[in-house]
Amino acid sequence: MSSVKIELRKDQIEKIHETCEQFGNSEGELINILHRVQGTFGYLPAEVQEVIAEKLNIPVARVYGVVTFYSYFTMTPKGEFPISICTGTACYVRGAEKVLGEFKKELQIEVGETTADGKFSLSCLRCVGACGLAPVVLVGDKTYGRVAPDDVKEIIGEYQS
Amino acid sequence: MKMVNITLDGNHIEVPAGTTIYESAKQVHIDIPALCYMDLKDLNIRNRPGGCRICVVEVEGRRNLAPSCSTAVEEGMVVKTNSVRVINARRTVMELILSDHPKDCLTCAKSGQCDLQQMAIRLGIRDIPGQEYAEMSTYRLDTSPSIIRELDKCIMCRRCETMCNDFQTVGALHAINRGFYAVVAPAFEMNLEHSPCTYCGQCVAVCPTGALTEVDHTGKVIAALNDPAKTVVVQTAPAVRAALGEEFGMKPGTLVTGKMVTALRHLGFNYVFDTDFAADLTIMEEGTEFLGRLTRFLDGDTEVQMPILTSCCPGWVNFFEHHFPELKDIPSTARSPQQMFGSVAKSYFAEKIGVERKDMVVVSIMPCLAKKYECQREEFMVDGVPDVDISISTRELAHLIKQANLDLVEMTDGDFDLPLGESTGAGVIFGTTGGVIEAATRTAYEIYTGKTLEKIDFEQLRGMDGLRSATVDFGGQEIRIGIAHGLGNARKLLEEIKSGKSQYHAIEIMACPGGCIGGGGQPLHHGDASILQARAKAIYEEDRNKKIRKSHENPFIQQLYADYLGEPFSEKAHALLHTHYFDRRKRVFQI
Repeated sequence: MSSVKIELRKDQIEKIHETCEQFGNSEGELINILHRVQGTFGYLPAEVQEVIAEKLNIPVARVYGVVTFYSYFTMTPKGEFPISICTGTACYVRGAEKVLGEFKKELQIEVGETTADGKFSLSCLRCVGACGLAPVVLVGDKTYGRVAPDDVKEIIGEYQS
Repeated sequence: MKMVNITLDGNHIEVPAGTTIYESAKQVHIDIPALCYMDLKDLNIRNRPGGCRICVVEVEGRRNLAPSCSTAVEEGMVVKTNSVRVINARRTVMELILSDHPKDCLTCAKSGQCDLQQMAIRLGIRDIPGQEYAEMSTYRLDTSPSIIRELDKCIMCRRCETMCNDFQTVGALHAINRGFYAVVAPAFEMNLEHSPCTYCGQCVAVCPTGALTEVDHTGKVIAALNDPAKTVVVQTAPAVRAALGEEFGMKPGTLVTGKMVTALRHLGFNYVFDTDFAADLTIMEEGTEFLGRLTRFLDGDTEVQMPILTSCCPGWVNFFEHHFPELKDIPSTARSPQQMFGSVAKSYFAEKIGVERKDMVVVSIMPCLAKKYECQREEFMVDGVPDVDISISTRELAHLIKQANLDLVEMTDGDFDLPLGESTGAGVIFGTTGGVIEAATRTAYEIYTGKTLEKIDFEQLRGMDGLRSATVDFGGQEIRIGIAHGLGNARKLLEEIKSGKSQYHAIEIMACPGGCIGGGGQPLHHGDASILQARAKAIYEEDRNKKIRKSHENPFIQQLYADYLGEPFSEKAHALLHTHYFDRRKRVFQI
């Protein structure tokens, strides 16, 4: 179940309908529709999936099946400052796991979650092509290299003002 | 038809182009093992995702092993189904499937009926290498009024998904997540109870493992039978007698009506009655309602809702309440036979024998899982006490009989008790697709025309096609009848009604393939649809053997109306035998 409960506004529903129509209300275009709608909303809450299912005349269980199959799709909104920790091989062996643990502890959230104030979200990714800087952390578009667990507090602090 | 020549395990065979390797092998009596594959031929239901990989075979010239269930034959193909490579691969696949499967076979509800267990036996699996390192799935248990989902036991064969989506078009279940966490579940992993599930139980009927099973109420029945303060009354649905024998090794299609009655008496029920009696009662009420609507319609009344739809099937009722709530005024208001029985047993019969309502327990034996939910619906309770207390399936009855050390096969034939055990052939055929409408036709024809039927059998209403239509001549008035079994077929008729294109006067709908004989609570058919045909044949045989074959001629039905209800559709009949429907269309934000 979605952790966030929202009620969609009329114009938001219309926007989703519009997207579905652009793809001919075709079930075969479900992935494209989800992709586009996530682009608009930032994520795919249950309510949005339901509107899409109704419009395409397919069970919402099928939409949910697709959303949960592809890691690109997310049901929780990303934070204002999305934090990504690289857990690719190079970063991993240089201690990414410990850095990740420190972020979890400081932010009190798990991977895939967003802080209650909507400021930070936590995710893992595999290799940003900067293995020389391992372990690497991304906050939004900014890259931090050779991050040690002790640096975590400071990094978060940069965005807390 | 273009034919193709192939060599399979050294046999030269000729098969139609497009045939799968799996099907071709059957021609030379080679039964390739398969888990996810399912083909209910006559019913046009097929599941072959090629997912389990148990059915892999070696095809000469191909680098990889091929799943035989989804690989079509080609001219000159040379196939080996039992080479060392195949056997090793198959064993590895099986070991991987078993590695995260719970090993509680001894206490599993599916034990003895589990396709996975049978496969492990067949492949001679004695050890699961790496078991000690294997991570086990810990999916939560989901219990609804009818069905239990224990997804740790799901092997992702997706048969349930095929039934729920392709055949039933209910869309409650879908494969979700990926890899180790992949299971079949409702949207947002909500409980089945909150999903559009109709409890038809067809997912349970095809699940190869213990992942989907019925809620077991046998313990409650035993407790009631052992409570000296309670008068325990049992009713048995028509389809049960045509299938119960299978649980005791009898041939599909063996009627065990008399033996079942004797077994129920041995189990300790105070009164052994028949849902068929209530089926006759349903015909009186539904038939009267139909004729009322028909007469108004033919007189040019534009307000009247046509066609009338049958309402005996609780899976079907759930379906239109969830998916077509805007049509909820079209089905007959007649309660299902199960509920009519409970209502009459706890009023008319309880008064007759001087037992208070609270001291009577009504147990129903049903081929159905939706009945478990139906009897818990609030509108079928009086002061919080349900008309039908406990509903158990044919399979659960078999367990009760076995636990009581009774040998059903050797039982002598017993007779149902009176008055609620007397029924006609019309009541019996409720158990198969087309039966309810045939029973209604027998009675409606005679009342409408005032003439006696020359021929009681309406062959044009019978058969196994998912969608059927027939015309019956009511003394010059043509009555057009539609029949659907399987909710996907029902959906087509409902769409017609919604768009104002329906040409029918009356429509019978049953949720399960073949009607109740193929219900979710019946002995498992393990993919063999011919079993359903055999059960249907048995139902019609029972009808032919009945002295009385028209509901309105049942003397105890006549007596019930004379002594208690007045006439069909009377105020009292309305209070006890009719119901109303709800809009249950579910939206996420309401959950």
